[in-house]
Amino acid sequence: MSPDSTSNTTYREELREAMREALARDERVFLMGEDVGRYGGAFGVSLGLIDQFGPDRVRDTPLSESAFVGAGIGAAIAGMRPIVEIMTVNFSLLALDQILNNAATLLHMSGGQVAVPLVIRMTTGAGRRLAAQHSHSLEGWYAHIPGIRVLAPATLEDARYMLASALADPDPVLIFEHGSLYNLSGQLDTGCGPVDLDTAAIRRPGNDVSLITHGGSLGKTLQAADRLAEEGIDAEVIDLRTLRPLDDTTILGSVRRTHRAVVIDEGWRTAGLSAEVATRIAEQGFYDLDAPVERVCGAEVPTPYAAQLEEAALPQTDGIAAAARRTVG
Amino acid sequence: MSVKSTAAGDSPAKGRGRTTTRGTAAKRRAGEPGLVQLLTPQGERVEHPDYAIDVTPEELRGLYRDMVLTRRFDAEAITLQRQGELGLWASLLGQEAAQIGSGRATRPDDYVFPTYREHGVAWTRDVDPLNLLGMFRGVNHGGWDPNENNFQLYTIVIGSQTLHATGYAMGVAKDGADAAVIAYFGDGASSQGDVAEAFTFAAVYNAPVVFFCQNNQWAISEPTEKQSRVPIYQRAAGFGFPGVRVDGNDVLAVLAVTRAALEHARSGQGPMLVEAFTYRMGAHTTTDDPTRYRSDEEREEWASKDPIARLRTYLEREGIAGEAFYAEVEAESDALAKRVREGVRNMPNPGTMAIFENVYADGSSLVDEERAQFVEYMSSFESGDVATAGTGH
Ligand SMILES: Cc1ncc(C[n+]2csc(CCOP(=O)(O)OP(=O)(O)O)c2C)c(N)n1
Ligand SMILES: [Mg+2]
Repeated sequence: MSPDSTSNTTYREELREAMREALARDERVFLMGEDVGRYGGAFGVSLGLIDQFGPDRVRDTPLSESAFVGAGIGAAIAGMRPIVEIMTVNFSLLALDQILNNAATLLHMSGGQVAVPLVIRMTTGAGRRLAAQHSHSLEGWYAHIPGIRVLAPATLEDARYMLASALADPDPVLIFEHGSLYNLSGQLDTGCGPVDLDTAAIRRPGNDVSLITHGGSLGKTLQAADRLAEEGIDAEVIDLRTLRPLDDTTILGSVRRTHRAVVIDEGWRTAGLSAEVATRIAEQGFYDLDAPVERVCGAEVPTPYAAQLEEAALPQTDGIAAAARRTVG
Repeated sequence: MSVKSTAAGDSPAKGRGRTTTRGTAAKRRAGEPGLVQLLTPQGERVEHPDYAIDVTPEELRGLYRDMVLTRRFDAEAITLQRQGELGLWASLLGQEAAQIGSGRATRPDDYVFPTYREHGVAWTRDVDPLNLLGMFRGVNHGGWDPNENNFQLYTIVIGSQTLHATGYAMGVAKDGADAAVIAYFGDGASSQGDVAEAFTFAAVYNAPVVFFCQNNQWAISEPTEKQSRVPIYQRAAGFGFPGVRVDGNDVLAVLAVTRAALEHARSGQGPMLVEAFTYRMGAHTTTDDPTRYRSDEEREEWASKDPIARLRTYLEREGIAGEAFYAEVEAESDALAKRVREGVRNMPNPGTMAIFENVYADGSSLVDEERAQFVEYMSSFESGDVATAGTGH
């Protein structure tokens, strides 16, 4: 364990340390994407890694998402362990065929012969005034796809320790880093790694209502829980962590205790991740519920550009607290 | 028809006009191979065998004015961003000649598909600069009517507009219109599948589209060598249409080459690729710090090829413009700066309900439902403070 376990760190630094460890530990690991080399990535995550590992293992690629994801698949099936960085989820859409039609299905289409141990990291989410085409929250959408695993680290520990587990996974793993989290700071709990990729985490225990969320909405949800506590409502906050496969045991275990659930997802509501979670609760926990499941999602519009409109279109603390109150009211 | 890509391009302009600008400057062939140049960095007028140009003194002064005002506007936008008045700004500093020269080559009935950096082209299409600023301030999505100026809205997903331009050009051809389409893109964008596919389509359908690549040497932190092993203009050959590299800091050469390319497209000869060899003097956007990845020397070297300085040298040497003209442009530039400063600060913020607008052309029950829920939710807050409330549904 690192000796500096008491020092302050950030989500960004922990993602970087995770990659540093992976690159140092395993010769097969390399990183590629736009501006990941000298620039250190659009969000500064890989800053300095090229100095330590050289341009062969930290590669600036031509500006083509389809090409570097596709080439990542090729390298993975050749025995490498590529980490591909897509600048943001928005541009992953240019590589969708490679992700969905290829990475996610090769094992199946090859009768189990060709596994794709590829890790793709990308920034997700809104809240940075970048307008509709730069603000998608599509992790729930990717969670729709059989054959891949979808992760959404929301804490320093998950930023640090999920990568190693993802690289050890024989299948394609997509890691979604919410843009608002990079500057998240605090102290790393070094005792927790390596982490599993199968379970959701209870970030705040409570008895009155289960607030179920992930990624960039976790902070707002914890804030809402604090506010509810002042009103005497004891909310439990669940961080899904892994969006595919979902951890029904933790979700349902919580709802069975609290009898109420609010699902918070920055993504759109219709046919989204929140719908999936709510359905599982309805299917498996219907008789435990004392109130209808509530959802707090991004407004079903292209993410607005203007700051105050964007804020209004995203889940915020007040809205989460209001939904929780409705379930206990 | 056999098309080839040569250093100087496929000479669609061969034999078109001769220079009429008066002057005594030595007229000689530009030294650098593979680059069409009509005005050297030292402001010397040179000839090119394939690209001649007719420009009147008045036009020359106009090009100068365009470039100065565009640069001033750009500088003002950077300042406004620093002051927190704009969310972001993508500066065109250094690319004035590439943009003004090509923009002025278009006719009103031609159609332009820009990226996010084409403020100079927007200027030539009479798009009010305040509209661009409103977009970067985040209060509107551009605000101009693309069909009024035949200037599409900005595109930020790299490369996609080249496909739109191709489709649009196919429509133009089908209409039998005597017009061309010009699609702007960057050196980085040249790596995108969309751009290669646009080339294929345009070639196969013989679409009247000019692909105008501003090779400003950088795609954020990646130099052009990371994108291509051959000069970008040479790519056209493989697709079966001509490509030409022009000195992108030479407004006359850009004007001549783009005119020829547009004429090539208009006259039914299909697409053409123009690579304007230029330099992004500023940061990628206001969130970028170029000192992290490139040297001062490189920037200095390009500074010596400044597009405005070289035209001014030429104008002065040839006595095409005098002090009164420069003073006038300066005054105009100050007035423009003042207008954009004040205009930006006074832009109204859109109302919150605007988030439900323009999701579907004819509305949608789903959006109506959300809007109604939102109104109800908002009314539950005494203050109606939408900004902190967020979606409650
Ligand atoms: C599909 C896609 N991928 C990545 C980005 C992020 N991005 C914005 S600008 C840019 C570089 C573009 O470089 P270039 O095409 O040379 O144009 P320039 O910015 O130099 O004008 C990148 C990678 C994007 N907007 N769209
Ligand atoms: Mg560029």
